[in-house]
Amino acid sequence: MSDYNFAYLDEETKRMIRRAILKGVAIPGYQVPFASREMPMPYGWGTGGVQVTAACLTPEDVLKVIDQGADDTTNAVSIRKFFQLTAGVEVTEATAGASLIQTRHRIPEAALTEGQIVVFQVPIPEPLRFLEPRETETRKMHELEEYGLMHVKLYEDIARHGQIATAYAYPVKVEGRYVMDPSPIPKFDNPKLDGSPALMLFGAGREQRIYALPPYTKVVSLDFEDHPFEPSKADHDCDLCGASDTYLDEVIVDDQGGRMFVCSDTDHCRCRREAGHVGRLGVAA
Amino acid sequence: MYVAVKGGERAIDNAHAWLAEERRGDPSVPELGVAQIREQLALSVNRVMAEGSLYDPDLAALAIKQARGDLIEAVFLIRAYRTTLPRFGASQPVDTAAMDCLRRVSATFKDVPGGQVLGPTFDYTHRLLDFKLMAEGEAPVAPGEPVEPAPVPHVTGFLNRDGLIEQEPESDAAPGDLTREPLELPASRALRLQSLARGDEGFVLGMAYSTQRGYARNHAFVGELRIGTCCIEMEIQELGFAVEIGEVELTECETVNQFKGSKTEPPQFTRGYGLTFAQNERKAISMALVDRALRWRELGEDDSGAPAQDEEFVLMHSDNIQATGFLEHIKLPHYVDFQSELELVRKIRAEAIAANKDAPDV
Amino acid sequence: MDAASLSGGFADTAREAARAFRASLDAMARPGTLHTVTGALPPAPLSPAAGALILTLADTTTGVHLAPSHDVAALRDWITFHTGAPLVGPEAAVFAVGTWASLQPLDRFPIGRADYPDRSATLIVEMPALAASGVRLTGPGIKETAQLSLPETEAFLQNAQRFPLGLDFFFTAGDQLAALPRTTKVEPN
Repeated sequence: MSDYNFAYLDEETKRMIRRAILKGVAIPGYQVPFASREMPMPYGWGTGGVQVTAACLTPEDVLKVIDQGADDTTNAVSIRKFFQLTAGVEVTEATAGASLIQTRHRIPEAALTEGQIVVFQVPIPEPLRFLEPRETETRKMHELEEYGLMHVKLYEDIARHGQIATAYAYPVKVEGRYVMDPSPIPKFDNPKLDGSPALMLFGAGREQRIYALPPYTKVVSLDFEDHPFEPSKADHDCDLCGASDTYLDEVIVDDQGGRMFVCSDTDHCRCRREAGHVGRLGVAA
Repeated sequence: MYVAVKGGERAIDNAHAWLAEERRGDPSVPELGVAQIREQLALSVNRVMAEGSLYDPDLAALAIKQARGDLIEAVFLIRAYRTTLPRFGASQPVDTAAMDCLRRVSATFKDVPGGQVLGPTFDYTHRLLDFKLMAEGEAPVAPGEPVEPAPVPHVTGFLNRDGLIEQEPESDAAPGDLTREPLELPASRALRLQSLARGDEGFVLGMAYSTQRGYARNHAFVGELRIGTCCIEMEIQELGFAVEIGEVELTECETVNQFKGSKTEPPQFTRGYGLTFAQNERKAISMALVDRALRWRELGEDDSGAPAQDEEFVLMHSDNIQATGFLEHIKLPHYVDFQSELELVRKIRAEAIAANKDAPDV
Repeated sequence: MDAASLSGGFADTAREAARAFRASLDAMARPGTLHTVTGALPPAPLSPAAGALILTLADTTTGVHLAPSHDVAALRDWITFHTGAPLVGPEAAVFAVGTWASLQPLDRFPIGRADYPDRSATLIVEMPALAASGVRLTGPGIKETAQLSLPETEAFLQNAQRFPLGLDFFFTAGDQLAALPRTTKVEPN
């Protein structure tokens, strides 16, 4: 792939993305428009995240790519390979060993550290989009800090279902100012956004937006006093490693209703098993 | 013992190998050459060039071959390639009045200076399958003498001379470029036209058709439809003047639309405009109708709430590469989010069932 | 244009710009931290750190304003040759470079619009030296507090009060840089 520049993108494009990232960091939670380029993978496959990663990577980086928490899902494999070819960077599956983590739909279970960057792939960056489809309107709402519509929606959920019926892409307020979509992570992951030592960058390619959470930024999931935010997960332990505090995938194992629950974060689960933890259906490593 | 599915990389490699085999099809049938596609599937090539925003018939033909004839996939290949090309500069505006026309028709006048030239059109073919084409080796030749192509005047110019159509003042303002700057709304007419020119032919056609059926009807006549080649000139700074760097085939459509008038302005016709790469007249006409519908504000018309009048709706949904990517991405794994919904629905159901049990029978 | 204007750019543009960007991103994400950037050798009076920022972030689409302290022919030529950035007045600046005194008054620079607060200038303030001591900083990017040798406090206090509008700052000295986004709250130590 020597026909292409380091990390694929040309320097002019990288400069444009880098300027947008810096403004995003300076205005946490605000969506900075950027001239997203057409990438050699389809919109919806992580073109925003890939562009942000390409603009941030240095030759010294160690890259981890996950999709649904797993390193070996097909699209994670594909994106990791893209950067191995175009940037020649070292890759890893170990959360602790990565300097830059590109993710779709999850935040790793292991505590993130200072100096790490997490890049999220974002499909619809606008948290108000499903309440108001017009960009011209939602931009005004952010400008005027007019978030009543969101509270009405959450309140209607409570009236109808007895609770807030949003399980993922659960909206947050950043530093008391901008309401932000944390990307479609399960709400279980929302608390990991608050005060994280890592820098979090969000890239939406098709929608041409970049936004950011600097380290140690105050991030609050929207809720009501009488209906406080509750991060939730399947009420089980991991059947492989026994963890009781991780987000779980439900796996159907037969057609008789048999199922098991396993950590969605495959690296975390493996580390625990290697450390001697054994779940209900696991075997000692 | 459960073992999670592994081997994503091998699965991907195998899928790609299988795709390549399927692309070739039965090896006992001769392989299709890129030149054959370029010459014999020219209208597919034209569509890929128009929506791919890159004038290169050979690359468009290659993209069609690689995409197994899926034109949106071919447009995608061209777009991804185009993005990586360096930009040396911008050409001078193309003068379509100087076009060497191979086809030129006007619906608004029986005859016009320069004449009605049908050119190579399907318009009056009877749509009967021509089984002779199943046999190979035929190279039909059209009768006639070679004509030295000469520029023909724009039909709307005749109306313009009498003040019967709105003026289109020349402007030296540099148009924006939505491939280099994020789209901001409201968009200028130039940006809207760029978006429509790149837009999906089917989408733009559907929008245009909706205006004809009354959703923001604007009574369009095809003032002129012309297809032909135009010179591309570029100013070379070191030389201090413009030089011709090549030529492109273009289709241009100007519609003459319902007039308006006010106390200060006498009634006059208005315009819609469409321009695409190569012979692509369905797209050019559609574009002109949608352009005209989007101009309601500037022309002091009412917003009837029609989709074709809604700039944000049209511009945000016309791009088939964006649309197909986002549409198709829902087949990627989403099991983490689905699990969170599953837990939520189970919880809400359990609470609802418990509440019903507690409720007294009526 | 003399020969000096043609030299002093990145030798390996893609990789050196990547490293310089990461340093500037780290600096902006963690106000008060100091970072070393190398690779740029601009003509005086521009520091190597400020030179690296310009090479990494400026191009034909971004207006650069040179404050009087830095408005010299050699530097104008160097920026034009290496980046193609138009040299502009403070009102049109995407980036502005100069000493703190020379950049005054700050109210000439764009601070963004209420609907597009990102459309604001980034000021590159050339300092005689940088140290992680002095003014106390709190806000996003800072665990508890940090310190930075800012030229003053009042201007940054006012800047933060306009959030989400405001200017963002890089401070450069030699091959070192630090940053202060509009979110950082400052108080004298």
